[in-house]
Amino acid sequence: MSTGILLQLAQTLLAILLAPLLMGWVNQCRAWLQGRSAPPITQPYRTLKKLFHKDAVIAHNASPLFRFAPYMIFACMALAAGIVPTIANDLPFSPAADVIALVGIFALARVFLALAAMDIGTAFGSLGARREMLVSFLAEPALLMVFFTASFIAQSTELPVIVATLAHREFAIYPSITFAAVAFWMISVAENARIPVDNPGTHLELTMIHEAMILEYSARHLALIEWAVALKLFTYSALGIALFVPWGIAAQGDLAALPLALLAMVAKLLLGGAALAFLETISAKLRLFRAPEFLGTAFLLAVLGMLIHFLLEV
Amino acid sequence: MKIGEHDWHLEPLGKHIWRGRMEAGQLLALSREVKEEGGQLIALWGSDDRHLAGGFGIHAALLTSSGLAWVSSALAANAPAYPDLAHIFPQADRMQRATFDLLGITASDAVDDRKWLRHGAWPANVFPLRKDFDASLPATHDTDAYPFIRVEGDGVHEIAVGPIHAGTIEPGHFRFSVIGERVLRLEQRQGYTHKGTEKRFEGMDLATGAKLAGRVSGDTHSAYAWAYCMAVETATASAVPERAVWLRALFLEIERIANHLGDLGYLGNDVALSFGFMQFWRLKENWLRLTAKLFGHRYLFDCIVPGGVAMDLSDSGRAKLALEANRIETEVRSLKAIYDEHATLQDRFANTGVCKPDLAARLGLTGLAGRASAQAWDARAQFPQAPYDQLDVSMSTQRRGDVLARAEVRFTEINESLRLIRDLLARLPAGDIHTPLKPVQDVCEGLGWVEGWRGEVLVAVRIGADGRLDRVHPHDPSWQNWPLLEVGQLGNIVPDFPLINKSFNLSYSGPDL
Repeated sequence: MSTGILLQLAQTLLAILLAPLLMGWVNQCRAWLQGRSAPPITQPYRTLKKLFHKDAVIAHNASPLFRFAPYMIFACMALAAGIVPTIANDLPFSPAADVIALVGIFALARVFLALAAMDIGTAFGSLGARREMLVSFLAEPALLMVFFTASFIAQSTELPVIVATLAHREFAIYPSITFAAVAFWMISVAENARIPVDNPGTHLELTMIHEAMILEYSARHLALIEWAVALKLFTYSALGIALFVPWGIAAQGDLAALPLALLAMVAKLLLGGAALAFLETISAKLRLFRAPEFLGTAFLLAVLGMLIHFLLEV
Repeated sequence: MKIGEHDWHLEPLGKHIWRGRMEAGQLLALSREVKEEGGQLIALWGSDDRHLAGGFGIHAALLTSSGLAWVSSALAANAPAYPDLAHIFPQADRMQRATFDLLGITASDAVDDRKWLRHGAWPANVFPLRKDFDASLPATHDTDAYPFIRVEGDGVHEIAVGPIHAGTIEPGHFRFSVIGERVLRLEQRQGYTHKGTEKRFEGMDLATGAKLAGRVSGDTHSAYAWAYCMAVETATASAVPERAVWLRALFLEIERIANHLGDLGYLGNDVALSFGFMQFWRLKENWLRLTAKLFGHRYLFDCIVPGGVAMDLSDSGRAKLALEANRIETEVRSLKAIYDEHATLQDRFANTGVCKPDLAARLGLTGLAGRASAQAWDARAQFPQAPYDQLDVSMSTQRRGDVLARAEVRFTEINESLRLIRDLLARLPAGDIHTPLKPVQDVCEGLGWVEGWRGEVLVAVRIGADGRLDRVHPHDPSWQNWPLLEVGQLGNIVPDFPLINKSFNLSYSGPDL
């Protein structure tokens, strides 16, 4: 049990510390693909350090919620990062929440972010909050459908069971999972405010979704939110890995498999990050009202995955 | 010269440029006839003529079927007023308001008499462009009451953007009235970069004036500098060597290509296609670096001077320029193929920010944006000054009037400019590049008219008997085109505004004189 707790702590800390690195890697790949020289991979850490050293500027009419929200958002993302198995499976935290509760944790962070955005009362904050809600209320059901597809195969909504079923039992190919994987990719793009749904690099305040919500944040608050954004991307990547390419994650109690599991995870994240950067480079941002079509397609694919499971795999 | 039924007694001032004076009351009749035959009001400005034994003056530049007509009316020294032209040419509205702010000349019966340039920076009863203005007066810090037009109704709310933006861009205020994401009305407020440019011209010598004219709007340097020099050369009846005129055209086309490349990159960036942004800006940067190497400045600052040009082109420079022009042509062709085949980008560009041709004609849309809405005016093609009269410029037009059409016009114009550059390089005449201006004997005036990359640039100059500048009015095409941005945005959604705005890419500094 104590090794389990140690492992759990190590895994969560690793996720928190390494999440900005994934962000840096994606940014680097994007720069290369666009034909410009890339910032160093550690650039996100430098940004965080810079932000933590600054004095916070807070609007006069900000309520305590505005100050409190960044900590809440960061905590939610750190918790989510602890639940999703990245290196070792079935750690002590895992039974705390199944995939449905995980969706709830993401939703909790989002509610706080949207409330904080509207708290100041600027036009851009509410604009961003409104758009974020539009995107997320379409993305959430689709995400649940993806999880259900995987749960039907594993006969459980617990992530460790799903991972164990897919990774450690006999090798089988599930057509339903393929559909779910494509749907999951589309949802992740929308939830992480990436192109083609949102543009994390824009300075055009009227086009922003996520960025518009955090325009009023500065210094340590902004640092926590930026870090949470990196953590969210990391957690979604880890989720994708756990659901669709779980091979390499160490089974419960299998300490010898840990080094290999770590290597496998790094390799998968590098590949996934590069793929994200590639898809972002070749696509342009959708008109805002095309985002529902995009997410509708994701929902449809997830439902198709479920149907295929019943048609072919039961 | 006859316009409509009447002879308005206009005298030729330069090639395709006419000059006339009339009673203020006749301005209305003239404007109506110009409008009738499909012409436009290009510029409207005022002047303080009291030191020349007059009162004030109101000036209008009208585009007619036989060229540009510059007409002036003398106004009384006390309570100067002229008839409102905005009900014939809506584009006159902001120019009339600016004229009042600077000179206290009123357009009688004008519907809109809100301040445009003042922004409470000087007392309301003081007019800085009058000759008796006392610049030592302390600045005021009033706030003008500036009522925006409100849209009422259930669920309608306002989004106020600017003048300070999230990025490093010029200041302008945009007031959106929206329902959900749909824009019901957009109203602009500008004048934040008012810097007293016209006042600064007063008393300047002619050579320094060229430098200031070029800096009215930095991205249109060559067009302004050329228009100013054309005006000064007309005023002093000085001739310019042929080689200098050809080099000026070369500078103008270089400037056009640099700006169009930059804009096409920005259009890609605004739909988050950073690849396009980086590629077009690589081309632009190489182009600017070559320009810096050949002519000493990336944006050709101060290359055009009164009497000719300051920088010559060597034979090796000619070859380098031709080589780079060929390279740009190939690269732009392949980038255009990428833009053309990118489904999301096309979806964003097409049917976004539409300015229909009839509306564009009614409101006086001009220049590049005008040509994308079937307003087929290009001074280089219809009323060519030397050397364009020997180059046979082909104008590019579109009818759709959306973002895509404005991008298409830019692509076509890049190709045409590259062709012109090759032509200019091949036929560049030999000889001097500069002759001194003739000395000024008496008060004289001139007008320069150049098709810059954004649209036609106009500079009107009056030189005093002492040989120094007395009144200079530089006119930017953005004056006419800003109101069309308000129209183009209607019915579109808020997040498409930056894209529509960029497809016009209008100047703030140019009109905020």
